Amino acid sequence: MDDLQTQIKKPSRWLRLQYKKWFIIFKNGISEENPIIVSVLGICSALAVTNRVENAIVMGIGVIFVIMASSTLVSLLRNLIPSKVRMVAYMVIIAMFTIVVQLFLLAFLPLVAANLGAYTGLIITNCIVMGRAEAFAIKNPVRYTVIDGLANGLGYTLVLVAIAAVREPLAFGTFLGMPIPGFENWINWNVMALAPGGFFILTLLAWLMRSLTKKYEET
Amino acid sequence: MELIELFLASILSNNVALIFILGMCSLIAVSTSIKNSVNMGVAVMFVVTTTAMINWPIYELLKATGTEQLALLVFIIVIAAFVQFLEMFLAKYAPKVYDAFGIFLPLITVNCIVLAISLFFQQRDYNFIQTTVFAFGSSVGWALAIIMLAGVRQKMYRVSNIPRGLRGRAIAFLILGILALAFFGFSGIGRVTF
Repeated sequence: MDDLQTQIKKPSRWLRLQYKKWFIIFKNGISEENPIIVSVLGICSALAVTNRVENAIVMGIGVIFVIMASSTLVSLLRNLIPSKVRMVAYMVIIAMFTIVVQLFLLAFLPLVAANLGAYTGLIITNCIVMGRAEAFAIKNPVRYTVIDGLANGLGYTLVLVAIAAVREPLAFGTFLGMPIPGFENWINWNVMALAPGGFFILTLLAWLMRSLTKKYEET
Repeated sequence: MELIELFLASILSNNVALIFILGMCSLIAVSTSIKNSVNMGVAVMFVVTTTAMINWPIYELLKATGTEQLALLVFIIVIAAFVQFLEMFLAKYAPKVYDAFGIFLPLITVNCIVLAISLFFQQRDYNFIQTTVFAFGSSVGWALAIIMLAGVRQKMYRVSNIPRGLRGRAIAFLILGILALAFFGFSGIGRVTF
C-alpha cells in the first residue's frame, strides 16, 4: 500500500504550474507565438527603431502599455461592442492609448521622443496590438487578457532589444550610449544603423530561431 | 523644380518601404505574386494620395482650434472611414474593379504607410501641393518596392534551393535588405531635408 502511494505521488509544483491556463498563455506569447519571429507582425517598428538599445527599450515599454491597456478595455467592453463596428472600436481605443504614450514621451523623455519621431504614432497600426484585440481580447475574460497582452508585449520587446543589442555595437561601438571596452578603435559600420542592417539582422535572428525550434515555414 | 525634386526624392532616395521601413506587414504578405503586388500597389497609391489630401485641410482645422494632440485619432478615423466608403462604393458601382482590388482594401487600413504619410506631412510642415506630390511619390515608391520584391521572390522559388530555415517570409527580409542597400545608391537625389 505504501509503495503504491509513493508511486502515484502528487506532481511537483513546477509540473502543475506548466498546466495552468495563465502560464500557457504567457509562454505562448513570449516563445511559441512570438509576434515578430513566428507570426512576423509589427516589423516596421522592429526595424526602424532598433538602431539604439535605448530606443528599443522605450518603444517596447510603450507597446506593452498600449497592448495591455487596449486589450483590457476591449475585453471589458467585449459584450457591448457590436461585431460590425469592432474594427473601428479597436482603432479608437488603441489611438487613445497611443496618444497617451506620445504625450508622456514628449513630456518626460523629449530626446527619445525626437529619436522615435513618427514611429510612436505608428503604434496604432502595429499589427500586434490590433491582432491581440481581435484574436484574444474580444473573446476572453479580463484576467487572461492582461496576461496575454503582457506576454505578447514582452515577446515583442525581447526581440526588439535583441536586434538592437547587435546593431548598436556594430553601428556606433556603444551599448546603451556607453562605450564598450575593446571597441575604442571601432570604425562605425554605418549600414548597421540604417534600414539594410535591420533587415539582415532580423533575417539572421529568424533563421536562428527557426533552426533552434525546428518550426519551418513550408511554401 | 522643387516639386520635381520632392517627387523623385520620395520615390528613390527616401523610399518609404526600403529606407523608412514602413508598410512591411502587407509588403511581405502580398509579395508572393507579381499580379497581386501590382493590384495592391495601385490600391495603395490611390488610398494614400487621397487620404493625405483629405487629412491636410483637417489638420489645418485642428491647428486653428488648438487641438493638434488629437491629430492621430482623427487621421486614423478618416483613413478607416475613407477605406470603408471606398469599398462600399466600388462594390456597388464598379464590381469589376472591386473584384481586382477589393480584398486589399481592408489590409490598407492597417498598413502603416497611409498613417505615416499623414504624420510626416504634419511633422515637416508641407503645404497642400507639397503634401499631394509627396504622398503620391511615396506611394509610387512603395509600389515599386513591392513589385521588385515580388519579382525576385517569384523567380527565386523556381530556380534556387533556399535553406529550410529561410523559406517563406525570412528570405523576403534578406531580399529587402539587398534592395535597400541598392537604393542607397540614389541618396543625394533631390537634396530634400527630411
